Formats: sequence, structure tokens, C-alpha cells
Amino acid sequence: MANIKDYASPVRSTWCVGCGDYGILNSLKQALVKMDLEPHEVLIVTGIGCGSKLPDYMTVNGYTSLHGRPIPIAQGIHLANHDLKVIVVAGDGDTYGIGGNHFIHALRRNADITIIVQNNAVYGLTKGQYSPTSPKGFPTKTSPPPTGAIEPPVNPIALALAAGATFIARSFSGNPPHLTDMIVAAISHQGCALLDVLQPCVTFNRDHSYDFYRQRVYNVEEEGYDPSNREVAWEKSSEWGDRIPIGILYMVEGKPTYEDQVTTLKSGPLVKQGLRSWGESDYEALEAEFT
Amino acid sequence: MIKNNMTLKIGGEAGQGVESSGAGFAKALARGGLHLFGWQDYMSRIRGGHNFFQIKVSDRPLYSHSDEVHLLLALHPETIDRHKDEIATGGGIVYDENLNVDHDYLKEKGIKLFPIPLLKIAEETGTKIMANTAALGATAGITEYDFEHIASVIRDNFVKKGQEVVNTNLEVARRAYDLGRERYAADFDFKLETVKAPARMVINGNHALCLGAVLGGCRFVSAYPMTPATPIIEWMSTHADRYGLVTKHSEDEIAAICMAIGASHAGVRAMTATSGGGFSLMVEALGLAGMTETPLVVVEVQRAGPSTGMPTRTEQGDLLFMIHASQGEFPRIVLAPGSVEECFYAGWRAFNLAEKYQCPVIILSDTFLANSLRTVECRDFNFKSVELDRGELLTEEAVDQLSEGYKRYAITDTGISPRALPGHPNTVFVACSDEHTQDGHFEDEDPDNRIQMVEKRFRKMEVALKEMRTPTLYGPQEAEFTFVGWGSTYGPVRETVDRLNEGGNKANFLHFTDIWPLPEDKISHLLETTNHIIGVESNSTGQFAKFLRTYTGRKIDHQILRYDGQPLSPEYILTKLQVGGGDHG
Repeated sequence: MANIKDYASPVRSTWCVGCGDYGILNSLKQALVKMDLEPHEVLIVTGIGCGSKLPDYMTVNGYTSLHGRPIPIAQGIHLANHDLKVIVVAGDGDTYGIGGNHFIHALRRNADITIIVQNNAVYGLTKGQYSPTSPKGFPTKTSPPPTGAIEPPVNPIALALAAGATFIARSFSGNPPHLTDMIVAAISHQGCALLDVLQPCVTFNRDHSYDFYRQRVYNVEEEGYDPSNREVAWEKSSEWGDRIPIGILYMVEGKPTYEDQVTTLKSGPLVKQGLRSWGESDYEALEAEFT
Repeated sequence: MIKNNMTLKIGGEAGQGVESSGAGFAKALARGGLHLFGWQDYMSRIRGGHNFFQIKVSDRPLYSHSDEVHLLLALHPETIDRHKDEIATGGGIVYDENLNVDHDYLKEKGIKLFPIPLLKIAEETGTKIMANTAALGATAGITEYDFEHIASVIRDNFVKKGQEVVNTNLEVARRAYDLGRERYAADFDFKLETVKAPARMVINGNHALCLGAVLGGCRFVSAYPMTPATPIIEWMSTHADRYGLVTKHSEDEIAAICMAIGASHAGVRAMTATSGGGFSLMVEALGLAGMTETPLVVVEVQRAGPSTGMPTRTEQGDLLFMIHASQGEFPRIVLAPGSVEECFYAGWRAFNLAEKYQCPVIILSDTFLANSLRTVECRDFNFKSVELDRGELLTEEAVDQLSEGYKRYAITDTGISPRALPGHPNTVFVACSDEHTQDGHFEDEDPDNRIQMVEKRFRKMEVALKEMRTPTLYGPQEAEFTFVGWGSTYGPVRETVDRLNEGGNKANFLHFTDIWPLPEDKISHLLETTNHIIGVESNSTGQFAKFLRTYTGRKIDHQILRYDGQPLSPEYILTKLQVGGGDHG
């Protein structure tokens, strides 16, 4: 049985006191234990940013990569060893900004990985610039007053839906039980799962505080929401203001993953197939092609 | 009569089947025991324009094309306009009798004209798309080459379309063959004749690299299409099911290299292939592989740059870029094969080097090498000679024995840290793109740790250096002057040396394939025995000359550089030599 202590790390976090990343870290550990996954069965790929140091604060297989690139690295890992649970944990800049192209394509190809986005609507590690999810008018050093951020924010839910995602959920790092459930649901999903986590940055984004979200978030499940209905999901995706929906916003089950459709992977994880042994008939076939 | 020593050139618009005709004829020649060097030249467009396929034929092994053409097969008038001045004395042109041709001008120049009703034969016997079959038949007829070799290729190429298609094409070819032979064979001095020879493959640089890679255990290829590297991911994809590969045509080159890094991290031999533009996008991730010590093979098939440059033209303009690409300092290996055989060996050797030294290995090819076909003896492409060495990769049994505290980046004498794959309870670890401790934790500040890790990584190169190959010497031990070349200059320079030495030992040639790390001492020693060095490169700045001087102190005396997008040829080198050794270095 997996135990929460198995995931403990000797490394002290560099995150600010009260950072929303703690909620995500703790819920992620809880979720993995709940799913009875051992640290060696999981591989977490991160990008760059405060939150991307997360694998250091756990004992788990990890790959801390480049800004914007955890998604293709995760896909490569999973294509090579689909026995591993491969989870991307990255910020909103990583996922919706610099890595936006990878995000769209991983979703549309239904790569069997989980993408957990630490969405704090600001660039924290570079000390407070506006991000792809900062609201219009948001004032920062790169979007100074009076205009603040000139462009409207990315809507990750609508973007994922348009890209053909098969699982889209949102949670809030100030609601650990809900977040844990959503992480379990996302990892359990067969196919590419997006979990956008609303996460306060207590240092650089005072607008999106714990209080701000607590007053606004509501659980769609409690309102009898049907996540299998795409039309309703479209509508729900643009709901943002006094009420912010959290929960599974869209889910389609049974759609084959990318990996399911790769002929070679039907014989098992690529890495476990080992180096191929070559026989005379192979040599003859290769030679015949060029003679 | 000149037997088995000529150049054929097939030219036409994109979409007219120049490549398939050329490749088909090349196979037919190889099956008749002849040696060939084929060079495919195409424009960056799907229809129209002008493409050609040039085949030099001989009864001895060939390493380069020649500029002189003996028989020009023109599928459209532009072929004649563009190439009429390349036609050698006694040479001729095969074309459809209805093609609009300036007969008077060509006759005045002494070019023999061989009009044939190609289209008419095709339409009367089958359909008009068989005009190319007729053209090949006619060409074989005029050169009096054994029809059976043409027939065997037609059978193989059309077998999937059914016996009726095979038979019709055979009939078209036969009629054109008979007509060509009857009307013009007596007037054409260049002949092709079957030679008894061991089995030979006809293969180009891209495909040779693919064969080396798959036999070398490559299981994963991710790439984004870019000329001239595209045939690599295409070949791998069409052979994926047969040979147990996973290939991924990714959304861009950044994803391509990152997917390969991910797959390799998980334990699979992985590679990506691109050209300079795509490689530019991959650069940051190249450094990631260096920092996380992830084995990786990157094939960079150079084309004329910068930017989009001349997409279908050749150049060796990326050498210094490959050696220096990415911020910071990290170990890497750069190989530059120069022939199809060397592409094959680089294809598998790169994986061994990548795993042994846990670093990126770049195979540097170019348009000319990628698209050049050569006949090679099957026994020279010895599939069984492929050796696999995964370096210090911990086996499942070894990992079972480990107690706690596996250190992925353990400091060792060689700098090589025993590598475990993710997935085992005893070796849970993080690969870290920031500077890190031996167990993979972030360590962005500690100066002592930094020094240790930098030195550890570079110790790997000291070990790798011992197996880097010094240049091969072609020609006599001592000579008036020494050519120095790298990568695809091999063929043209080798042929140049042969021609120069017909009258005595004038020239020899040092051919570099292992570019980085450079065994400086050994090479300095080699260069000491040379008199006058002439550097030959397909770029405008003499990058290799600069590189060699930087690391060995030896100045290249003269340079012959080509940067018009065309491949080097013996004629080009000899001409430049006559006008005074080329540009001063």
C-alpha cells in the first residue's frame, strides 16, 4: 500500500508562505496515495517557474524540464513506457503561453497524460509580470497602468474544448478535498486530461487571493451538472465573474488514446520490448528494398 | 566505343516522375553489375519547375558525380535549355518527337538528337502516363543495355498494381527499346553492358542512416518534416510496424526533440531528424539533454541557409553552429559521415556514443549526401557487424541489488554516472534541468557543487575523446599537397585526387568524419607531415578551416569553397585549382 510518507522529500521548499502551490503539492500526494500508486510508478514532468520545482519537494520520479516544454517531454516518456503514470505539472505561462502549441496538440491527439496547471494568473518566479490568464487591465511591470494588460486572457477551458480535449476540470488550491478528487479523476481518465487549478500567488497577484476565489467558486457537481454534454460545457466554459465553476466541466469516456492506436505499442511498453533481435529474414527484407 | 563509362541525366517538371524514373533506371543498372553515383536535384515546389536525376555509370566504384553528361533524357524542353552545354562530345539527347526543340542550334553544337515517339508508344500500347516507361526503354535501347534489367525493375515497381499493368508497361518499354536501338544505337558510342558482380544495394545517405539507426536499436523517432531530412521520418514511419518502432510526426521541431528526449529518458533509443532551421528551434532542448545527461541522437541534414535559404540546395554551413549551439557549456559529440557507408555506420554508432557518454550526438549530413545514391556491395553494408553498447546503463538485476540512495548524477572518475531508468522502486530520481546535486535535486547556488558538476560532465568528453577517430588518409602517404575535407566533400575530393594522381603522386586527402570532440594532439601530429594544405568545403567562410586552426594551430594554405547551392564536383575543384588554388584562407 502506498503511504503519504513515501512521497515525503528532504528538500525544503522555496515557495512563499501561503503559496497556492502547497495546496497542489499536498493534494497531489494525497491523490497518488488514494490511487495506491507508489512513487516509482509515477513520473512528474514540470516546466520552469516556482511551481515547477514541485518534484523536488516530493520523492517521485521527475523530469524538471524547460519553460513551455513539459508536455512533449511527457508524451515522449509515455510513448516509451506507458506503464508509468505521467503527469505534467506546470504553470499558466508554461502551458497556455510559451507551450500553447504543445497544449493544443496533446489534447487533440488524446495523449494519455495528465496536465495539471498551476494557474495563478501571474509570472511569479520572474517577479510579477502579467500572464496569459491575467485579466484585461491587470497592472504589472510589463503591463503598467493606465492600461494594464491590453489583451483579454486565454480561456483554458474553451481552448481545451476547441482542441478536442476528452477531460477538462477545474479546481481551487484552497479546497484540498475537491482538488484531491479532481486529481484522482484526471489521472484516472483514459486520455489527455486537463486540470486547471486556480491558485493564489500571495506575493504578485493580490487580486486573485484565497478570499477572491472562496467567494466565487462553486462545485458544478452540486448543481447536477452533466459533464458529458458538449453544448453545456461550451456555455460553462465562459462562466467567469461572480460565480466561477469548479469540478469536471467536460468529460468523454471511451475515446481511444493516441497510444492505444500505435501498432507497436500493442506488444507492450516500448522500453520493455527491449532491443529488437534481428533475424535473417529481416536482413533479407532490408537488403531487398535497395537491390 | 566507350563501354560502361557515361553519365545519364533525366530532366523534367516536378510531377513528371523524374525521381521514380531515375531511381528505376539506377536499380536496373545496379542489377546489371554496374556501379553508379546518382544525384537527385529538385526544386522547392510540387508541380512545374525543373528537376533532374543524374546517374554516372561505371564498371568501377564511384564516389562522385561528374559535370559532363553523355545522354540527356528530356521530359520537357527546359531540360534541354538548361543542360545542353553539359553534353560531352559524342553525347546526345533523347526526347519525345513532338517536343519543341531547337534542332539547328543543337546540331550545330554537334549534339546527337534522338527523337522517339514516346507518348505515341505509351498511348497506343497503354496510357500516356507510361511515357516515362517508354523513355527508359528507349534509353536502354540506344545504349544497348540488356533489356532484362529494365524489365525486372518494371516488374517489381508495378507488381502491386496487378499483372496487366506490369505487362502493358513491359510492352511499352520493349517497343521503345527496340525503336531506340534500331534507329540510333549505331550512331551512339556510349554503351552499357552487363558485368558479373556481387549483389549491390543502391542507397542514398538518408536511407543508409535509417538502416544504421534501426539496426542500432533505434525504437523512437520524432520529427517535423523539413527538406532534406524528411525522408528519414518517412522511411521510419513506413517501416515502424515491421521493425517495432514508434514514430511521431510532431507539431513542431521543439516538440520533436523534446519527445525524443522524453523517450530516451524512459530508456528507449530515440532520435530526431531535421535541417538547420528546425535545428535552430531545437537548440534549447539540446542543452536540456546535455544538462540532464539524457542520451540523444539528432540528425541535422544541412541545406543552404540562413533562414529558409535555398530549401532544396546543398551547403555545409552549419558546422560551427553544431559545435556551439545552445547556451552554456556541455559535452556533445558531432559526427559528419561523408559517404553512404559512413552514414550507415554513423547511424548506429551515434546511439552507442549517446548512451555511453549520456549526451547528445549530432549526425551532420547535407542535401548532397542525403540525396546521393550509390551502389555499395551488400557485404560492405554488413548488418551483422552492428555492435550495441548501452554504456553504464544499469540492468534490471543490478537495480534490484541497489540499496537506498541511488544517485543519478553520481560523481565518478570518468564523469559517467550509472544510469537507471525510471520505474524501479530502488531508483526513484529526478532529472533536473537546473544545476543539481548528485541525487538530482535543484542546486542553483552552491559554487562548490557547480564546479564538481561542470567538471564531472566534461570528464565524459575526455573519455569519449579516446574513441574519436582521426581523419582517414586517402592517397599516398606523401604528396605535393593535401586536401582537407569533412562530411560530404569526401566523394568529390576523392575522385579529384584520383584524377590528379593519374600522372604521379601529386595529392592526398585527409577526410574528417569525427568532428567533435577533436583529438587535437593526434591531428596536429598528422598535419605536421603535410606540405601544402587545401581546404575544400561547401560554404563561403571556410568553417572547418577556422575550426582546425583554432584547435590545432595549423593554418589551411588555400581554400576551395563552393556556396552556390550546387554540390562540389571533381571538375569544380580542378578548375578552382587551376586558377590558383582558390581563395586565400
